[in-house]
Amino acid sequence: MTGTADSLAFPHRHLLGIEGLSPDDITLLLDKSEGYVEQNRQADKKRSLLRGRTIINVFFENSTRTRTSFEVAGKRLGGDVINMSVAGSSIKKGETLIDTAMTLNAMHPDVLVVRHHESGAVHLLAQKVNCAVVNAGDGSHEHPTQALLDALTIRRRKGGLQGLVVAICGDILHSRVARSNIHLLNTMGARVRVVAPRTLLPAEIERMGVEVFHDMGLGLKGADIVMMLRLQTERMHGSFVPSIREYFHFFGLDARKLAAAKADALIMHPGPMNRGVEIDSEVADDIDRSLIRHQVEMGVAVRMACLEVLTRELGNGPPVT
Amino acid sequence: MTARTLFKNARLLDPATALDRKGDLLVADGKIAAVGARVQADASGAAVIECHGHCLAPGLVDMRVELREPGREHEETMESGAAAAAAGGITTMVALPNTEPAIDDVALVEFVARRSREVGVHIRTYAAATRGLKGREITEIGLLSAAGAVAFTDANSAIADALVLRRAFSYARTFDALIVQHPEEPSLAAGGHMTEGEIATRLGLSGITPAAEVMMVERDLRLMEITGARYHVAHVSTGAAIEAIRAAKARGLPVTCDTAPPYFALNETAVGEYRTFAKLSPPLRSENDRRAVVAGLRDGTIDAIASDHSPHPQDSKRLPFASAEAGIIGLETLLPLTLELVHNGHLTVLQALRALSQRPAEILGLPAGRLAEGTPADLVLFDLDRPGRIDVDSFRSKSKNSPFDGRPVQGRVLKTMVDGRFVFGGDS
Repeated sequence: MTGTADSLAFPHRHLLGIEGLSPDDITLLLDKSEGYVEQNRQADKKRSLLRGRTIINVFFENSTRTRTSFEVAGKRLGGDVINMSVAGSSIKKGETLIDTAMTLNAMHPDVLVVRHHESGAVHLLAQKVNCAVVNAGDGSHEHPTQALLDALTIRRRKGGLQGLVVAICGDILHSRVARSNIHLLNTMGARVRVVAPRTLLPAEIERMGVEVFHDMGLGLKGADIVMMLRLQTERMHGSFVPSIREYFHFFGLDARKLAAAKADALIMHPGPMNRGVEIDSEVADDIDRSLIRHQVEMGVAVRMACLEVLTRELGNGPPVT
Repeated sequence: MTARTLFKNARLLDPATALDRKGDLLVADGKIAAVGARVQADASGAAVIECHGHCLAPGLVDMRVELREPGREHEETMESGAAAAAAGGITTMVALPNTEPAIDDVALVEFVARRSREVGVHIRTYAAATRGLKGREITEIGLLSAAGAVAFTDANSAIADALVLRRAFSYARTFDALIVQHPEEPSLAAGGHMTEGEIATRLGLSGITPAAEVMMVERDLRLMEITGARYHVAHVSTGAAIEAIRAAKARGLPVTCDTAPPYFALNETAVGEYRTFAKLSPPLRSENDRRAVVAGLRDGTIDAIASDHSPHPQDSKRLPFASAEAGIIGLETLLPLTLELVHNGHLTVLQALRALSQRPAEILGLPAGRLAEGTPADLVLFDLDRPGRIDVDSFRSKSKNSPFDGRPVQGRVLKTMVDGRFVFGGDS
């Protein structure tokens, strides 16, 4: 939150994860995002920072929200944004990820924004291309721009992250959002809890620096932020929870469970929400408590900041104003 | 075959007799003719190899090798595998039956025997324990044994159904056949790609609990007890499984086991940032388990060290971790990686050689692994101390999937002889 962040360079070629970013790296991105939040609220939202730059969104896994957010971010900075639809393309016909990377690389993009259903796939692709790569979510590993937009949302409401108690609740096992948020919040000095049934927690999660709870009442006690995760039924190989009814009863967020948190606790969700599964509409739509729509707004600003710092790293961009 | 070769001034090493002394060894007509301090008497006319005190030992017997013939010859053939084995000091290797088609009938066992005669190294084969390695119907264990199958295994699939394994054990006992099991409870390991724990959690990869290994071993030991069968556990990698085997041996059960170099030379941290060359089955384990493997080798609970050679082309490793094939090549790194345990003081050189030649030969009933007069002259001459780096590009194997490229090691194979003929290093 320093005013001098602009003088710092972002010392990474890619944004593959939050793990490995320093507090300064994160602060730089959040500070830059603040400026874009204001810009995005103006009538004229367009800048020319990325004029002449090509950004390709490569989504191996379906996504509307994240892809659109990156597309809006790239276009508002004046870049040319191309969405590559993977479904029905050569990848489905057996082309490997590396072949795809080589093909895209030959088109001289400046940034590839990549989502893939397998953990580590974006790292693998990044090793094979000359441009910057942004991880837009890889398997159950990381989703760094989501953690950054969550941090920006929290920071704008709470003034900072240091010392806050953040409870991340739900399907931690399959969640890249949870992993990126754990890294970011720990790096920035927040206290992180995870709350979930044991079947939805990965082994040794406590070694990532979180307190583990299996009861919403205990896990939410005194929390400043309650971050709900989507119950990712599409990723489940077996039966992790016996029924939606039982899950909602014990782990779904409703007004009763939220009462354990601080009186001014705020609710977040990366979307898309399963109403009545992990979150009750009453709390999801509470405009005083729910930050869910703010998160979407912050998403565009954060992605603009990420695109800016990664293209500046290329060293041949237009001057930054 | 009248060729005679005299190895002079060698450090003769024979784990079966605990022989470790300077001396000479004469080979005549493909067999060891004389071993001793001086055997010049009847060596006239023999080609003389001055050994400069380097180690002369029985050729290594690698009891767990995947050759891709028949079916996937672009990954490895018997020729390329034999060349790699020869360079690694291996004189006998035992092929797993997970070829395409699987080696589950007599004709395929005979095919391997025939092809083996065309390459320089002895190749023996396992036969499948169940048809098509599917774990349901037992194979013709009697006929396959008679055709030359050395033991029975479903390779990298565990025989999961307890009743099928019980019957395989009972039936195999009729022919004194050995069943070799891949020790992993498959329903518990389903969907997993590395050992469960902090690293898998950070990487967002589905984990396999290490308990999946000991569960299968303990179940199988119970089945052994009720059937009286012989049982061998392949590539043990966890302390818990090793302890279960140690206890079973103490009770007098005829159980044996092997491990492979990655399980004592690496741990799960080798996965790093999704290094697919560190993807194995069973997966690399924790440091505590790695130490337990070393301890199991030291006290003899682990009988043998096999390469677990598993050739895969680049294409099947240059993939996201979960999609990549499991397994690494090992023929040309078996000896130097095992010698690390000698140089680090964990094993004596005789203990290492016992695990690399004598014990696997005994377990499988092969006429190898000895420096006795009258036995086939399958020999390896190696420099125990010479430092170097593992260089995958120099490997003779068709596949290059090794996590050990560039690793500094001590020990190098100088010459390999099979049935009295040099198959490696003979021209120098």
